[in-house]
Amino acid sequence: MASQPPRRRRLEVEDIGDIAVVNFVDKKILDEQNIQMIGDDLFRLVDELGRRKILLNFQNVEFMSSAALGKLIALHRKLQGVQGKLVLCKIAKDILDVFKITKLDKILTIVADEQTGLQSF
Amino acid sequence: MCVHHVSADLTIPSDLGEARLLETRIVDALGANSYSEHDIFAIRLAIEEALVNAIKHGNQFDPDKSVAVTFAVTCERFEIKIVDEGPGFNPEDVPDPTAIENIERACGRGLLLIRGFMSEVQYHGRGNIVTMCKLRTANGEA
Repeated sequence: MASQPPRRRRLEVEDIGDIAVVNFVDKKILDEQNIQMIGDDLFRLVDELGRRKILLNFQNVEFMSSAALGKLIALHRKLQGVQGKLVLCKIAKDILDVFKITKLDKILTIVADEQTGLQSF
Repeated sequence: MCVHHVSADLTIPSDLGEARLLETRIVDALGANSYSEHDIFAIRLAIEEALVNAIKHGNQFDPDKSVAVTFAVTCERFEIKIVDEGPGFNPEDVPDPTAIENIERACGRGLLLIRGFMSEVQYHGRGNIVTMCKLRTANGEA
């Protein structure tokens, strides 16, 4: 049986103290299959690797549709359920409008930069 | 500078890959007419959400159904009409995704974003036709 090609990495995770700082590899977060895999990788940080503080850095992300929002909310809920916390940072102005229009900026913790994010746990 | 008026009338299959190719074509046309990055983001997002709605919710990815798209880029505005072959829907029946009871739902924000980013949005017929336009932002405006 032919072996499957190696799964493409979609997230860069760096541990700073007990905070997992996550950068997205892709500039565009659109494709549903891709979003599903990003969601799986994020959930694995909590469920399998026991991370409780996650800082998502959006500095590489230039475009994102509504399809990705559901995963972010699910991650937020999952972390709340284990007394953890999700923080988002470095979101481009246009993408920030996506959060504002949907009012998810009222639900999620969004800060300007990574340093502020690290201090907000 | 605004020099290249672009318009097209075409049909794409119920395939999101084809939708993304069309989005790229429109983004290129907007760029050729020096639309701002902000306007291009807004238009691209609205097209993405509307085409996903047409292909996924309207045509249910049925390979026997297609999506008709007419668009025009001028110096003043971008206009697009998207027609799917699905049963349509009543936009007023879509729950408000910003309501407290819906705010944490996984989906249902596409229409809200389309309305938020475009200047005008209208649904026609049984709800399977959407027309929308974005007035070009003047240089220097946010």
